[in-house]
Amino acid sequence: MYPSDYRYTKEHEWIKMSGDTGTIGITDYAQHELGDVVYVELPAAGTKITAGQLFGTIESVKAVSEIYAPVSGEVIEANLALSNAPETVNSDPHGAAWLIKIKLAAPAEASKLMDAAAYQTFISDKEKETSA
Amino acid sequence: MSDRIKKAGRHVSQNEGLIFEQSALGKRGIEFPPLDVPAVDARAALGAAYAREGIERFPEVSEIEVIRHFTRLSTWNHAIDLGMYPLGSCTMKYNPRVNEFVSRLDGIATEHPYQPQELSQGCLKILKMLLDCLVEITGMDAGTLEPAAGAQGELTGLLLIRAYLEDTQGQPRKKVLIPDSAHGTNPASAVIAGYEVENVPSDERGQIDIASLKKIVNGNVAAMMVTNPSTLGVFEQNIATAAELLHAHGALLYMDGANMNALAGVARPGDFGVDVMHLNLHKTFSTPHGGGGPGAGPVMVKKILQPYLPIPVLTEKSGRLALENHRLKSIGRVRAFGGNFGVLVRALAYVLAYGPGIRQATEDAVLNANYIRNNLEDVYDLPYKSPSMHEVVFSDARQKKNGVNTTDIAKRLIDYGFHPYTTSFPLIVPGALMIEPTESESKQECDLFVGAMRAIAEEAATNPELVKTAPHSTRVSRLDEVSAARKPILRWRPCPSGPCLR
Repeated sequence: MYPSDYRYTKEHEWIKMSGDTGTIGITDYAQHELGDVVYVELPAAGTKITAGQLFGTIESVKAVSEIYAPVSGEVIEANLALSNAPETVNSDPHGAAWLIKIKLAAPAEASKLMDAAAYQTFISDKEKETSA
Repeated sequence: MSDRIKKAGRHVSQNEGLIFEQSALGKRGIEFPPLDVPAVDARAALGAAYAREGIERFPEVSEIEVIRHFTRLSTWNHAIDLGMYPLGSCTMKYNPRVNEFVSRLDGIATEHPYQPQELSQGCLKILKMLLDCLVEITGMDAGTLEPAAGAQGELTGLLLIRAYLEDTQGQPRKKVLIPDSAHGTNPASAVIAGYEVENVPSDERGQIDIASLKKIVNGNVAAMMVTNPSTLGVFEQNIATAAELLHAHGALLYMDGANMNALAGVARPGDFGVDVMHLNLHKTFSTPHGGGGPGAGPVMVKKILQPYLPIPVLTEKSGRLALENHRLKSIGRVRAFGGNFGVLVRALAYVLAYGPGIRQATEDAVLNANYIRNNLEDVYDLPYKSPSMHEVVFSDARQKKNGVNTTDIAKRLIDYGFHPYTTSFPLIVPGALMIEPTESESKQECDLFVGAMRAIAEEAATNPELVKTAPHSTRVSRLDEVSAARKPILRWRPCPSGPCLR
């Protein structure tokens, strides 16, 4: 379910590293919690983002949610296809619905994030908590 | 239809086109008599650019067509006059008819805000009396009736904090702290007022986590905005401690008073450390609400914030009341005239009708919410066990095992003759069912509601499909909210030739 080469945050974003660039999206768990996504707002290329600070919003039929940067860097490209097809966030959150590509400020930052196994444990604990 | 559904459906099952589609050239509601004064040439008087010859595609219909059109549409809707409206966090209480009567009295309804203040002493007296009552009820020192709604009240309150900090400390500070159980408008208001927002987590009882608060409060914090009781319907027992902590760091405490329905006549925010708060007259004080507004969001303050209140300020000198516009430190004007005056009249009528008995209204609101909680907590999951005040928040955790979520239950409730409760809010409860009966409802009505909710819980277990496809008794079934949000059609366009075939 959760790609083993991605890293994950407690706010349910993922990042895929490739040299000094990173691709960022939200996890399958996040899209499921949000429900049907209707609008995605992303920063323009050139915008500087900071780890832990918000960089965009995702609006679903339930609520507007903020997206936090897993690491710091500068936006190279935003996924503009999502403005016409926000439903991709629900159908392919780990692939076609990537949100932004960034040039990493400090590539080592990502190693502090959870790997797939740790994230899986994190969300199953969360599910136990809510059904308890 | 299930024989357990005790309330009649009310939807007239009749198709109704748009009023534009009923239009035909030259139809009129009324016929004016011939002009008996000299005609004025609008083009000459205003200039040709400002004179309008007609309004393109403005519907032309007769009076009875207009009446029928809107009466039919109104039958597709729910109203407090038709049945209970248990929207948690919104306080959809009954709007007493005496309020409407009073607000339509000649000396009140026909007054004009531009008439000399000497001739408006009665209306100014109404404002003064209401303000005095609100000061007494909240335990604050002063206030303004100007803001047009709760959210504008929030912004006004934050601008007061900003002005106070700039004036006394030389800078407005940077951050506003907001607990995750606050009303959704709070962070938006803080951002509009130029502040960064930082979340304060709730503990397992749904209270502000004081240990976390201690870690984040510092000289950068302008204020904390607390909704009390919180959106969980839980009283913030740590509020006085939080106030002390903030004050020790030179920060202020803002209270979102939207849930004052649980406190009025019992506890006063001014007594537990609040520096500034807003009230929603269209909630606690029974003025019309939701489509029928407008609202009113008075802001109440402690003495330290009084110099910054918006203009005009209501003053009294040797028995004469006046609206004064000269206040050096005021944040300025937030609303035209005296606020939404007609709403303020209704709120005063409500307060005076109760007098000290407003405490009884509060106690009944709390009693009703707890009655519902006690009669439903064996069938619906109750995530926070702290005592409930005016509203109770369940979760759909048990029904979800059969694939039924809070929206499905809410939609099924429509079939039982009730307006849905608030779904999926507050966000700290996944799959929330937020229910607020208010003091308006009798035990009989609460019992009908409990019966409907219990019947739905049983249906969710035995026939989940019935709940997931609800409502079944309405004119239209479940709407496609997703397409409506993703690809909205915002404007009707007529077909180029003749009526459209659908």
